[in-house]
Amino acid sequence: MLLTITSAHQPASDLSYLLHKHPDKVHEIEISSGVAHIFYPEVSETKCTVCLLLDIDPVGLVRRNSGPRGNDFALEQYVNDRPYVASSFMSAAIVKAFSTAMSGRCKDKPELVNVPIPLEVELAAIPVRGGEAVVKELFEPLGYTIQMERHPVDPKFPEWGESRYFTLRLTNTVTVQHLLSHLYILIPVCDNDKHYWTGQQEMEKLLEKGKDWLPTHPARVFIALRYLKHQRSLANQAMAMLLKDEVTEDDEEGRTEPEQKIRVHDLRLQAVRDVLVKANAKTVVDLGCGEGKLLKLLLEEKQFEHLLGMDVSYRSLEIAKDKLRLDKLLPKQRQRIELIQGSLTYRDKRIEGFDAAALVEVIEHLDEPRLAALEKIIFKYAKPIDVVITTPNAEYNKRFGNLAAGQMRHSDHRFEWTRAEFQQWGDRLAELYNYSVVYKLVGEEDPEVGALTQMAVFTTKDTTIGAQRFLSYGKQ
Amino acid sequence: MASNRNIHIPELSLVVLMGASSSGKSTFARKHFKPTEIVSSDQCRALVSDNENSQEASTDAFDLARFITGKRLKAGLLTVIDATNVQESARKDWVRLAREYHVLPVVIVFNMPEKLCVQRNEARPDRDFGKHVIPQQVSQLRRSVRHLKLEGFRNIVELRSPEEVDDIEAIVRDPLYNNKKQEQGPFDIIGDVHGCYDELVQLIEKLEYQEVEGIYSHPAGRKLVFVGDLVDRGPKTPAVLDLVMTNVKAGTAFCVPGNHDAKLLKWMNGKDVTIAHGLQESIDQLIKETPAFREEVKQFLDGLISHYVFDNGNLVVAHAGLREEMHGRGSGAVRDFCMYGETTGEIDEFGLPVRYNWAAEYKGKAMVVYGHTPVPEPQWLNRTIDIDTGCVFGGRLTALRYPEKELVSVPALREYAVSKRPLQKKEGQLSLQQQHDDVLDLSDVTGKHIVETTYGHNITIKEENAITALEVMSRFAINPKWLIYLPPTMSPSETSKLDGYLEYPTEAFDYYRSAGVEKVVCEEKHMGSRVVVIVGRDENAIKQTFGIENEGIGTVYTRTGRHYFNHKKTEQDFLLLVNDALEKSGFYDRFQTSWVCLDAELMPWSAKAQSLLETQYGSVGAAATQSIGRAVAALQQAASRNSAVVDLLEQYQLKQQQTKQFIKAYRRYCWPVHKLTDYKLAPFHILATEGKAWVQESHEWHMENIQLVCEEDPTVLLATPYKIVELNDEASIQDATNWWLSLTAKGGEGMVVKPFSYIQTNKKGLVQPAIKIRGQEYLRIIYGPEYTTPGNLNRLKSRGLGAKRSLALREFALGVEGLERFIKKEPLRRVHECVFGVLALESEPVDPRL
Repeated sequence: MLLTITSAHQPASDLSYLLHKHPDKVHEIEISSGVAHIFYPEVSETKCTVCLLLDIDPVGLVRRNSGPRGNDFALEQYVNDRPYVASSFMSAAIVKAFSTAMSGRCKDKPELVNVPIPLEVELAAIPVRGGEAVVKELFEPLGYTIQMERHPVDPKFPEWGESRYFTLRLTNTVTVQHLLSHLYILIPVCDNDKHYWTGQQEMEKLLEKGKDWLPTHPARVFIALRYLKHQRSLANQAMAMLLKDEVTEDDEEGRTEPEQKIRVHDLRLQAVRDVLVKANAKTVVDLGCGEGKLLKLLLEEKQFEHLLGMDVSYRSLEIAKDKLRLDKLLPKQRQRIELIQGSLTYRDKRIEGFDAAALVEVIEHLDEPRLAALEKIIFKYAKPIDVVITTPNAEYNKRFGNLAAGQMRHSDHRFEWTRAEFQQWGDRLAELYNYSVVYKLVGEEDPEVGALTQMAVFTTKDTTIGAQRFLSYGKQ
Repeated sequence: MASNRNIHIPELSLVVLMGASSSGKSTFARKHFKPTEIVSSDQCRALVSDNENSQEASTDAFDLARFITGKRLKAGLLTVIDATNVQESARKDWVRLAREYHVLPVVIVFNMPEKLCVQRNEARPDRDFGKHVIPQQVSQLRRSVRHLKLEGFRNIVELRSPEEVDDIEAIVRDPLYNNKKQEQGPFDIIGDVHGCYDELVQLIEKLEYQEVEGIYSHPAGRKLVFVGDLVDRGPKTPAVLDLVMTNVKAGTAFCVPGNHDAKLLKWMNGKDVTIAHGLQESIDQLIKETPAFREEVKQFLDGLISHYVFDNGNLVVAHAGLREEMHGRGSGAVRDFCMYGETTGEIDEFGLPVRYNWAAEYKGKAMVVYGHTPVPEPQWLNRTIDIDTGCVFGGRLTALRYPEKELVSVPALREYAVSKRPLQKKEGQLSLQQQHDDVLDLSDVTGKHIVETTYGHNITIKEENAITALEVMSRFAINPKWLIYLPPTMSPSETSKLDGYLEYPTEAFDYYRSAGVEKVVCEEKHMGSRVVVIVGRDENAIKQTFGIENEGIGTVYTRTGRHYFNHKKTEQDFLLLVNDALEKSGFYDRFQTSWVCLDAELMPWSAKAQSLLETQYGSVGAAATQSIGRAVAALQQAASRNSAVVDLLEQYQLKQQQTKQFIKAYRRYCWPVHKLTDYKLAPFHILATEGKAWVQESHEWHMENIQLVCEEDPTVLLATPYKIVELNDEASIQDATNWWLSLTAKGGEGMVVKPFSYIQTNKKGLVQPAIKIRGQEYLRIIYGPEYTTPGNLNRLKSRGLGAKRSLALREFALGVEGLERFIKKEPLRRVHECVFGVLALESEPVDPRL
């Protein structure tokens, strides 16, 4: 990976003093993942160019087992762009190779340190998540003129499109110290990845290295968020490993849900809670409980004596356990709630015998043919008195400006139904399994397309189920 | 009960010792039973309180004793209770526990002189529980003795003196009456006869038995087994009884009782019974027989055993079927279940009780054959089968041949009685098993599991791996009814010692030679996506075989059980092409099948791995091209003023060259797909067809048969080039090595070496089923553009294959096991267990570059 800095300052060779690197030598600096070479392709009165060439050891990168456990997956695969792009490795090399300059010292010409000089920087290949707009947002407020060229993935296959790599040229009149500190922080921000564990000390590094300019930078929040990027959890890595050549859309990246998520999702959960309260359910199983948001709402209602949250994602359950503070609940409260890993495509005795079951935004994550199994598992075997199901109303999608026709709200949605489709499905189930069903809309209703979310509430017509359940409470 | 020197007890019983303190129970128990068979109250007291005499600990100690006893009885182990048990309430508890686990309660009473107990007790300084205790215990015991039969004890042994105790030499454990494990068959098990004598004789003759003086014997030593309900409704009940009694007595037949037989017995014993359901016919017919015959019938019916366990426990016959936990057990509940089954308490539309479907929940290993409920057609469900085909209602009389599992039947000569529930067969329905298999049970896959396999012994699936597999299976996999196989991972050869090579054929040949293999097959390795292809002649073939409706004529799925094609229509259109080739080549007829499951590679790689190519391979190429290109330019400029960079320049020029090779390497496996014929399918295993998993055939056989199909449509089907190599022939090895060199020189992925036989074992067990040897350029895709730089390659050469190889063997064994279970039409959960296991094993951490 190559970083080129060119100075047009007179005399141009001052750059070598500022960087503390003799222009006639080839400097070699050991860094944790390889070697950094510093050499000068051109040194004249009018122009001085210095290169920092980062030679990352691709084999060592995989073999080195440093850092917290699991970090070896952080940069994914074994065929890796890291040796070839500007990334946090480059930041680490800058801080090591140019430590004197970065700390604002210059033994031979201390008067130059605070003098802004005309500088041009070229990064041969830098990955930018978010593209040109992000680069502009980051560098323009700092006074840089930007020139960038995006590279195709493979010129032989134009249909593969553009890569995330740019050759980036930045020009500015700025002190060398500032230039280096800008690069140090903003390179990994562009890349949005880190080769090492980010912990508490990262926060301090960010504040220290950016103290002169970050507090007034308009994108400071964005910078901090990306710079302090956290690891993906171990559970996710196990998944990634299993599906190694069948890339799945990452949830975070693949999410295109355009709704104002927080408000709408809360509304949906409240609606489900209200139905369950009204149904007089005492025991509820939340099928596909995710991170436990509905369970949290239900826990607040004394009416619910036993709550069971089930999800297929072990990672979600871990988060739910955290968010519900299960470890901190008093024993009596703790007994009210239980979380289990389970699946809606396998029969599960543990979910049988509940007063009510909730499936909030769950069915659309199953391939449509697999619904047949889900139907049996819930209506034939688990047989709750009440079943509440919510799912997106596909008709509403046209109200989202950014969704193309036929596109779904989330990359993991396998289908989204119109109101008619949902009701046709619900009516069939009700008929087949002896339930009554009513449909409701959740959210602001649009006269033409209905509301964002649709809900079906099924209630069994089989009185023996209710009676047996009632007797089992030991009440008269 | 006690003979002079021996006591007889049933082999599976709960032996309750009863006697005052110091009456000699513990000494007796230690002498006659294994230490692990004895559950002692004193010991349990000690375990929960550190003091074996602590009376305060009694409640907890008895809880513990009950718990241990329950676990032992559940496991079918004889257990001895060493406690005083002089109080009725204590004994009642044990009788209840014995009944819960359907074992026979036995009591051995130590009715010793009081003086003796007191004396012995005084000699034990640790026991000072008051002088009144022993006399009280003795008197309690004496008052109880005569009620023991009423309390439910089946065997009661009373010992009245220390001499009597000492005289007992051994406790003989008699096999239960239902234990016929040593009878290994073969059998012909016959369904409910109900007095249909003529049909019975026809059926027995059809089964090729020969009759001499009423005794039917078979040249192959086969024996008849009757599932009961010999009597009622039909025209010739006495003749049927006569035939069965004669043959049971002669040892050529076995018979278990049905509910009708039991009711007839009650009537014969003069009990008050409602005469209905065809009992009248039996009565009318029996009245015409001699009293002696009737007496014989009475004796016979009275002596029938509720059920039989045959053939080392592999076969259970009971009239109405039997839950697993009741097999080989004895209790009133077992007898009732055997004769009447279980009902839900509901009444169906025909006014008959709705039977509880115990068979749907049956997970036992033994085959259970039963009758009782007339069905239009016997159908397997979870290794159970109801063979009552309603002969007396004008249906058929059916026999099941064991172990062949063949059904033989004769039609009823006429309808002797009218069935309340119509017996018509519903056309076009899925089989019972297929309907049952619509939903799998989570408890069959989660948690730690052990899967028994024929070739790889027992394979353990760890809980954490099952957690990951469950998520993948639930979120992404297709209908599990399709998933009869997931391909195993494959290990590369040992690392080559040759300069510049990470892999080379020598090591693969050496491996097989040292494993005792003389002949191997080398197959060209294609670079695409591993897929499993299932194709049926038509949708009906799929429905019949897989129990899947409305999902087309087959499917193509990936190694993690996901759809290969994103669009159903493309998948089906593609399968039509494959189907055509199979038809044209006469495959279906030649294999006498209407479907096939193939293991294959589907190309191009770019068709499925598009996003991987874009985000990873293409991207690395693009980044490296830019980055290294500019570095080389900068270094060239620097070199003109500073010779010290020349070395570095050369290094970067090499990297530039390697980048070009890397891009060339992946591009080779990419081409755009606009139409179906842009795909290329290269099958290499014929995994299964109707009734056969082709794992006994050699790889040459597989290659030849696949070639015949591929020839029919070379536009989408690719016959894989292969070579057979004799490992003792240097020339043969050299030839194969040269072939590999030429394949890889052209940019090919390399080759796979397999032992000539599909399944190869040696003394240590399974030998690797395949080893891949990948080409130098191909490996750039795996190890990165710069892997050939000597400094890199030398480090890469130290790699461990142990974990990968072990995984490959376990997954292979599971794969074959799943296929064999499928073609034997085992319940889906048994097949799914294997497939799920492969997926779970795949989440074990192994270097993904291997």
